[in-house]
Amino acid sequence: MKKILAILETKDNKFKNSSFELISEARKLSAELKCEFAGLSITAAEDNAFTSLSEYGAEKIYKIDLNELNKISGKDCVFSYPAITKVIANFAKANDFNIILLSATAFGKEITGSLSVKTNSALCPDIVDIKIDNGDIIATRPVYAGKAYTKVKFNSDNILISLRPNVFKAEKINGNLSIEKIDVNTLNIGASDFTAIVKEVVTSTGKLDVAEADRIVSGGRGLRAPENFNLIENLAKVLGAATGASRAVVDAGWRPHSEQVGQTGKTVSPSLYIACGISGAIQHLAGMSTSKCIVAINKDKDAPIFQIADYGIVGDVFEILPALTIEIEKLNI
Amino acid sequence: MKIAVCVSLVPDSTTKVKLSNDKLKIDKNGVTFIINPYDEFAVEEAVQLKEKHGGEVIAVSFGTIKSKDAIKKAYQMGADKGIFVEASGDFDSFTAAKNLAETIKDLNADIIFFGKQSIDYDSSVIPAMVGEILNLPYINVVTKLDIDGTIIRVEREIEGGKEILESTMPVIIGAQKGLNNPRYPNLRSIMASKSKPVEEKKASYTGNITEVTEMSLPAIKGTGKILKNGVSDVPELVKLLREEAKVI
Ligand SMILES: Cc1cc2nc3c(=O)[nH]c(=O)nc-3n(C[C@H](O)[C@H](O)[C@H](O)COP(=O)(O)OP(=O)(O)OC[C@H]3O[C@@H](n4cnc5c(N)ncnc54)[C@H](O)[C@@H]3O)c2cc1C
Ligand SMILES: Nc1ncnc2c1ncn2[C@@H]1O[C@H](COP(=O)(O)O)[C@@H](O)[C@H]1O
Repeated sequence: MKKILAILETKDNKFKNSSFELISEARKLSAELKCEFAGLSITAAEDNAFTSLSEYGAEKIYKIDLNELNKISGKDCVFSYPAITKVIANFAKANDFNIILLSATAFGKEITGSLSVKTNSALCPDIVDIKIDNGDIIATRPVYAGKAYTKVKFNSDNILISLRPNVFKAEKINGNLSIEKIDVNTLNIGASDFTAIVKEVVTSTGKLDVAEADRIVSGGRGLRAPENFNLIENLAKVLGAATGASRAVVDAGWRPHSEQVGQTGKTVSPSLYIACGISGAIQHLAGMSTSKCIVAINKDKDAPIFQIADYGIVGDVFEILPALTIEIEKLNI
Repeated sequence: MKIAVCVSLVPDSTTKVKLSNDKLKIDKNGVTFIINPYDEFAVEEAVQLKEKHGGEVIAVSFGTIKSKDAIKKAYQMGADKGIFVEASGDFDSFTAAKNLAETIKDLNADIIFFGKQSIDYDSSVIPAMVGEILNLPYINVVTKLDIDGTIIRVEREIEGGKEILESTMPVIIGAQKGLNNPRYPNLRSIMASKSKPVEEKKASYTGNITEVTEMSLPAIKGTGKILKNGVSDVPELVKLLREEAKVI
């Protein structure tokens, strides 16, 4: 009997968008497979934060209190990925969950490998599509930096899948939410399980990260100098977008590595990606080709970025960016 | 200090991907293979630690016979020994992790370095898999690393910030860009790497629990609407984004 468990993440005690995508997909999958589904969150969030999940069809949700869990470590600990892996695996096993869904976020990616081993699961990470074919689950994921896709079949009853954030739709539908709190002492976890301890989380305040943004404005070498990135920032501001960068400008020290999009940077799939003064090298495309709407601004009409752009203007970023910022500001979005 | 580093061989990032006839993998004809770029950060960190604390660096690679080239590259960057484990046929991440773990287990290394992810399948799962198999702590996407006696302190990149972690050793570390600047091998080390022997073993674990049923190339996008009149097209672009694409 199949039984689906979605691992739901919070940030600042609120559920992440990727968690809504996950619970939506878990619900749809359970309907197709005619099986149960539930969510599990290991979080310090209060119960009232969980109501947001019910808007996306969540029903049964298990909650493990992160602060109580950390007390078991007997140390000063924000959390421990190996310990959390064991908690999820023990919980899943004890409750017969055999299909586990994660988000391919920084958190999800850190535990995907170990959780698959601990739960004896066949694994497909970072998927962008899932289908049932003759009763078999078939997952699709990009490989070779998005230059190809593979369809993967699981030769095991235990399955672990991680979903690329921003790709699956978080569908609004009311769920009859019930939250069950799990006593941390039933999880078979001891102090020695708390290894590789996170001591501190440092967040760059107020800055939206490219990996989590729904809109991104990226700049490349066409901006010519670091101070010109105010043009990128101004447009990002009126759009409520995050700022991104090509590797060329990151390597030049104009922008931080955290903004780099591409094969050796972040993989993003926002609903709007505006590439400004970026040529569209294959390694850059690797990180953003799954964006839903791609806009290119480049003075070279033959720049490869135009080949994957949905919209574009051939022209000078120094003229177009200020005009575009003013025009979009008028819309008051 | 004994340091192991896992290196894999991948198609160069500029490779134009074509499919094999059975549409299950890529056509490797004419493809240039390189050491996985993230593994260069792993090798560099291992060699720097050896230079600072003494000891030896052992490079391990699992795969087809060509994977020995990844070990040769590690030699050029300063690795002392290499172990190549030959796969029998196609393998998934778990099979690779099992075989790497089997080899690493006997090395008694203090630190086992990996790249953050290999750029062929982009899985980013093998470091934590090996950690789980060997019951060792693992930390991936590491951008800074310091050793303080028996404790290792690292920074790990996350969305919009970083985490600061502490671990005992032995530990598994996945290297991210930013950890260091990988060195360019000089001619002498390139020449020396050619004759340096590599220990060879056969895979001890075979069989896969996942199966690729089809590989495909991305659908070619219908050509976009590219406006040619520069700044005077800005209002038109905004209109298209609002009314047609409905993204703003
Ligand atoms: C292993 C490896 C990994 C890599 N990983 C990444 C990665 O993760 N991300 C990444 O981005 N790159 C990556 N690269 C680098 C990549 O190959 C390109 O070198 C890089 O993306 C180029 O950046 P760019 O587009 O900003 O610069 P360029 O290629 O120099 O392009 C600048 C563009 O700006 C345009 N331009 C100039 N002036 C103006 C103007 N006034 N108005 C409008 N347009 C203008 C030009 O026409 C040109 O198209 C990687 C490379 C390798 C080998
Ligand atoms: N076949 C292999 N042989 C040796 N190391 C590997 C192999 N595959 C992956 N690795 C290591 O594991 C890291 C992550 O790979 P992956 O999980 O496949 O993305 C790589 O950067 C390598 O350090």
